[in-house]
Amino acid sequence: MATEIENVPAVPALTRKDFVTPNDVRWCPGCGDYAILNSLQRALPELGVPRENFVIISGIGCSSRFPYYMQTYGFHTIHGRAPTVATGVKVANPDLSVWIVTGDGDGLSIGGNHLLHLLRRNLNVTILLFNNRIYGLTKGQYSPTSPVGTRTKTTPGGSVDHPINPLLFALGAEATFIARTIDNNPKHMVETFKAAHEHQGVSFVEIFQNCVIFNDSTWDPVYAKENRDDQMLFLEAGKPLLFGKNKEKGIRLNGLMPEVVDASAPDLLTHQPDHPSPLYSQMLACMGLPDFPTPVGVIRKIERPTYESLIHNQVEDAKAKKGTGTWRELLHGSSTWTVE
Amino acid sequence: MDRAKFPARQLPRSPPGRDSDDLGSFLKRASPAEILAGISDACLKDAEKSSPWTLTPPGPALRFCHLITKLMTPATRGFREMKSVVVRFAGDSGDGMQIVGERFTDTSVTVPNAIATFPDYPAEIRAPIGTIAGVSAFQVHFGSQTVLTPGDEPDALVAMNPAALAVHLYDLVEGGLLIVNSAAFTPDNLAMAGFATNPLDDTALTKKYDVLPLDITGLAVESLKDSPLTMKEKLRTKNFFALGFTYWVYGRPLEPTINYINAKWAAKLPDVADANIRVLKAGYFLGETTETTRNRYMVARAEVDPGTYRKISGNDAIALGLIAGAKKAGRDLLFSGYPITPASSILEALAGFKHFGIKTVQAEDEIAAIGVAIGASFAGQIGVTGTSGPGMCLKSEFIGLAVSTELPLVIVNVQRGGPSTGLPTKTEQSDLLQALNGRHGESPLPVVAANSPSDCFRAAFEAVRIALEYSTPVILLSDGYLANGSEPWKIPDDASLPEISKPFAELGQPYIPFARDLETLARTQAIPGQAGLEHRLGGLEKNEKGSISYDSDNHAEMTRLRAAKVEAVAKSIPPLNITGERSGKLLVLGWGGTHGAITSAVSTLRAEGFDVSSTNLRYLNPLPSDLGDLLKGFEKVLIPELNSGQLSVIIRAKFLVDAISMTKIMGRPFKVSELRERILQLLND
Repeated sequence: MATEIENVPAVPALTRKDFVTPNDVRWCPGCGDYAILNSLQRALPELGVPRENFVIISGIGCSSRFPYYMQTYGFHTIHGRAPTVATGVKVANPDLSVWIVTGDGDGLSIGGNHLLHLLRRNLNVTILLFNNRIYGLTKGQYSPTSPVGTRTKTTPGGSVDHPINPLLFALGAEATFIARTIDNNPKHMVETFKAAHEHQGVSFVEIFQNCVIFNDSTWDPVYAKENRDDQMLFLEAGKPLLFGKNKEKGIRLNGLMPEVVDASAPDLLTHQPDHPSPLYSQMLACMGLPDFPTPVGVIRKIERPTYESLIHNQVEDAKAKKGTGTWRELLHGSSTWTVE
Repeated sequence: MDRAKFPARQLPRSPPGRDSDDLGSFLKRASPAEILAGISDACLKDAEKSSPWTLTPPGPALRFCHLITKLMTPATRGFREMKSVVVRFAGDSGDGMQIVGERFTDTSVTVPNAIATFPDYPAEIRAPIGTIAGVSAFQVHFGSQTVLTPGDEPDALVAMNPAALAVHLYDLVEGGLLIVNSAAFTPDNLAMAGFATNPLDDTALTKKYDVLPLDITGLAVESLKDSPLTMKEKLRTKNFFALGFTYWVYGRPLEPTINYINAKWAAKLPDVADANIRVLKAGYFLGETTETTRNRYMVARAEVDPGTYRKISGNDAIALGLIAGAKKAGRDLLFSGYPITPASSILEALAGFKHFGIKTVQAEDEIAAIGVAIGASFAGQIGVTGTSGPGMCLKSEFIGLAVSTELPLVIVNVQRGGPSTGLPTKTEQSDLLQALNGRHGESPLPVVAANSPSDCFRAAFEAVRIALEYSTPVILLSDGYLANGSEPWKIPDDASLPEISKPFAELGQPYIPFARDLETLARTQAIPGQAGLEHRLGGLEKNEKGSISYDSDNHAEMTRLRAAKVEAVAKSIPPLNITGERSGKLLVLGWGGTHGAITSAVSTLRAEGFDVSSTNLRYLNPLPSDLGDLLKGFEKVLIPELNSGQLSVIIRAKFLVDAISMTKIMGRPFKVSELRERILQLLND
């Protein structure tokens, strides 16, 4: 929590080094996770939060080894269930800065239910969902975000299940902060993480992450150097939706559908992450290959009371109304009788 | 059960019971208006005089006619003294039988009587009216001496419809009082209950039982003829008529119920309050005026330890015990649950204690519920979750994590009939082996069991103590019988409860997450927010320093230490409490909710001179260190359980004792009589 007195730092200045553990990082060489780790270690010292107040909670999978590599409090829990443990931690102590690290399998398959409920409750935590569209730790089975037709050891004929769009999932659960970033752009990751932290409410961040072993180059059609100008749209609040090498293309609405037009065309859409209607956010969440650029940045940011503050307020209200509970009240209840 | 054959099969032709009387046939014949028509002032005064309690005189609508009094045989005015009585109220689930049972209980505790109760309700919230599936019952056992169970067979049955009669008549003792709402014995209701003919017309019924058919519906409505309530509302008061009449039979005061009615309705719905009170009194006065041939039963005041008491159910006692434990430990309590019968009322109770700083979370599922509790414990509170058998299965992976990370946690399992959805509203003790072993890997944890509704308080307190002092998840076993049953509880002095001391790691010292206390082998927690003690926990095997370790020797050692820590709990538990001697012919060894029935059977037999003793296990893991010696002191050991013999497997394996198993898997508790019979059999062998 930032102090209210200006120019007096709340905590001694932290640096990236304060967040590095002596543990060997055991991800595969070339894994996108290294860049994400590095970016978070750069972002956290800048948040004005004492190091001991960070808690990083994960489930199971390659991404979920994350807490072991951060010199903070951390909890590597069980498959898909990190949101539940995070809920307990945050409700118990709302002063903590809680980060959930999960993957497409952990967060959207086995843990889909918990993620849904975490989002709709608006617990003030940040979820980093590493999306590599594959199960890495179990050696290469298709995941709930794999496109139809993905050939893996369990789907030799190609997968037949329609994939989950993580942003649409978050929007469906009425998450109050939804963003997307990419593992090959550390600057954008750091900015996105900071914005997620600043949001008072649940922050859902999808990170396009490359699995170098089992699904290498899965995001190259979007973010490889030769594609990124035309295939990515960097969102900035209050700015028109422009993309292309020289920002020569824009997006506007044609009926209920977006269309790609020349940047000089009238009626270009302006990015409004705080627009109360989910329709605009949904349009952005659905944009992508082959017809549209893929939006990255903060897609949606609206305000709603947080779950832990509402629980805390109920406790305080009850104390104000009934007085703090006493032993006598606890043990005696409302009706007693005495035997002489 | 083939209900159509019921009258022929159930009702003996021999006449062991009492003869039916004029009152019964009159009440059947007369209309409610006739019965309630203008009673004389003299009769009224007479009624007041004979009442053991002060009553407000009834209004004109409640006046009973001389006709009735004339029909009565001369008054006995007396009560037959009973040591204890069991009354069961049964009716449709919409008939308010639970309310009536609760009122009867609350009234009886003020006498005071020793008391125990057991509600028996269907899993369906509102099964079709009048059906067997929709029958709801509440049994009250009250006595002038120790009462440890809700009673075997009822001495009196109040049956509000044919289905209730069909379900519960089997249990009524021969010669028992049977009060039926004759108005409900319509052809349709009889058919739904499976009766080919009206059992009330069968003389075999009146010969076997002390049958009193009352047009309870008609009498209730008639006594409200001046009330502004709608007919539907008037009909709803009939349970209070039955209650009023039952109060008369047992000479109970009306005041506690009148106070209850006023507190509940007087302010917002004065007409409803007024109607219920009038109907309650009408029921009582019907008895008062027609008492003549009826036996009335008086259960004298019980010799109860001086002190302040309250009535408490098992689940409420768990809630209080958890809060008390947390308070004594100086930790905040976070309870996280998912609704499941019969555990939900723990979450409901705790949600009402927010001003004690209690936080509750109704999670999205059973898995989330325990995850939230573990998160709270990791953050430095005491996390608790509660469920029943099916929920335990869902939680088991997370329990493994809590074992591995050695975090304090309490998991309450209010057992019910299984497997699968099983018998959600019925009781069983069939999750013992699951509690002990139902996880992957070597994952021992302490298991404690409550043995009576009020004992749930101590058991829950103890679970919190062990969880914190030994940094471990603890399973607390209760069951549907304890959860829903209630009994008077002598309120403890909070100063008499032990302090629970488990400080967090010290700041400024190097933190070794799995360094252990030499005595308890417990580790010390450092919690988020403590500067300099940052560390990572997780399900991967760790070494003492908290680093991931795949080393074989380390895994063997950590496995051994986790088990040794749980074994060390035995040093902190008191010696076994024994009914009887430490040696002899027969030891009856029980655990959990069978305590009351076993103790009743054994105490009675001991008073008759039989060589039998009993004990109840609060601690199922680790077992008490004096159990082995105790078992050796007896020629025979009998282990009654509401499962297929799960504790006996443990006792046989652990102590090589040829324990005799006695099992019951009917969704119902043991009867004292069946235990008595088995014990006598073994003593006579």
